Amino acid sequence: MSNVPAELHYAKSHEWVRKNDDGTLTIGISDHAQALLGDMVFVDVPEAGRSFEQAEDCAVVESVKAASDVYCPVSGEVVEANEALVDSPEMINADPYVDGWIFTLKPSNMSEFSELMSADEYAEYVASEEE
Amino acid sequence: MGQRTPLYDVHVNLKAKIVDFGGWDMPINYGSQIEEHHQVRKDAGMFDVSHMVVVDLVGDKVRDFLRYLLANNVDRLKEQGKALYSCMLNDQGGVIDDLITYYMNDSRFRMVVNASTREKDLAWIKQQAEVFSVSVKVCDDLAMIAVQGPTARDKVHAVLADKAQVLEGIGVFFIREIDDMAVARTGYTGEDGYEIMLPVADAVGLWDKLIQAGVKPCGLGARDTLRLEAGMNLYGTDMDEQTSPLESGLGWTIAWEPDGRNFIGRKPLERQRQQGTSQKLVGLLLEGKGVLRNHQKVVIDGLEAGEITSGSFSPTLGKAIAFARVPKNVGDNCKVDMRGKLMDVKVVKPPFVRQGKACI
Repeated sequence: MSNVPAELHYAKSHEWVRKNDDGTLTIGISDHAQALLGDMVFVDVPEAGRSFEQAEDCAVVESVKAASDVYCPVSGEVVEANEALVDSPEMINADPYVDGWIFTLKPSNMSEFSELMSADEYAEYVASEEE
Repeated sequence: MGQRTPLYDVHVNLKAKIVDFGGWDMPINYGSQIEEHHQVRKDAGMFDVSHMVVVDLVGDKVRDFLRYLLANNVDRLKEQGKALYSCMLNDQGGVIDDLITYYMNDSRFRMVVNASTREKDLAWIKQQAEVFSVSVKVCDDLAMIAVQGPTARDKVHAVLADKAQVLEGIGVFFIREIDDMAVARTGYTGEDGYEIMLPVADAVGLWDKLIQAGVKPCGLGARDTLRLEAGMNLYGTDMDEQTSPLESGLGWTIAWEPDGRNFIGRKPLERQRQQGTSQKLVGLLLEGKGVLRNHQKVVIDGLEAGEITSGSFSPTLGKAIAFARVPKNVGDNCKVDMRGKLMDVKVVKPPFVRQGKACI
């Protein structure tokens, strides 16, 4: 069973979103997603200052098994990328929710955020996908 | 549910991720494929390869039979116990399978063939063996554990202490039968080590003892990156019945001498050799980021010119590597279409890594 922290929000494409006190969002991929992909070997993080629409591909995580796009769960502008992932992509495997964050975002449409899944909903969604 | 080896329950208890591999439920990794890869390069790892097919060929004319069946020449096997890598070809010179043959004694040779080609191999071998009155015995009563890495032999010697003296005398690419076990100093990783064939009932016991001796279980995922780094072909992806050994980097395994040796596939292969092949198998190294994958297209002068047969990430080099089938006149550089982007790759001669060291 994968780890689904209760305080985070989730997209169907398996990104997680944390709402920070300063109004920005932190984004990464879920424990379930990293387990499916296996050992990460490369991460392409987005450039700070770039804007993405919701569901636009904004990063690439590449494992021994496959390359996978990361989709921006909420429209907005990238504030900071986790450059440490470039040298240590395995942090996504080891700790997808803390050290394995991919980027922070200044959201432009918070109604998109409110439509994301809760932890319970995401856990159910993952279980239904596995059936 | 697929077929299961005698070690299946052990894999499940070790929390292996199980995948379907040619109809077999096999461990792809026990957590981290990359850690397992490094374990074999730096220390010792082991693989359950019991799905592979061990075949004993018995008869007075077994050597004549193999001289005809295989593209490599068993007459290279002069000392008892010596092993030979060869392709088994069809009448058109395409590769039915690649395999290892061990010279056990003058009336018995042992062959290990791929699990994915089991039925067609056995049908072909039996069909050809009839004329030579050679009997084909499939040893499904044997399990096989490959123990590989720089410390693999020492660890096996510690576990099989009563046999250690005999084991130490086994040369590279030789096999020895000791009681009901056969121990071969062969493998598919580019490291020293053994492939141990033993009765099914003893497999779990030996596996557990090897774990206690510090040998770590490794899955088929690591086995694939290890063999790719070592420059070893994988049947079904790097060559098959539609490709000849000459187009698959396996020309070195064809024994053309003596001229008079008639082996299956010789005539079409000789024609191809005289006319020259248009394609060859090369190594590719990606300097930039990303991972080369099977079936990505090789692009030369803006045109699609070839295809990656095996691509992956090399944990030892920290870069992506591949085998690709490309035009014979390929230069030192070309491009690969990676998810719509043309990336520069270097054309290199495998192996990429041998005995823990980069060699490109």
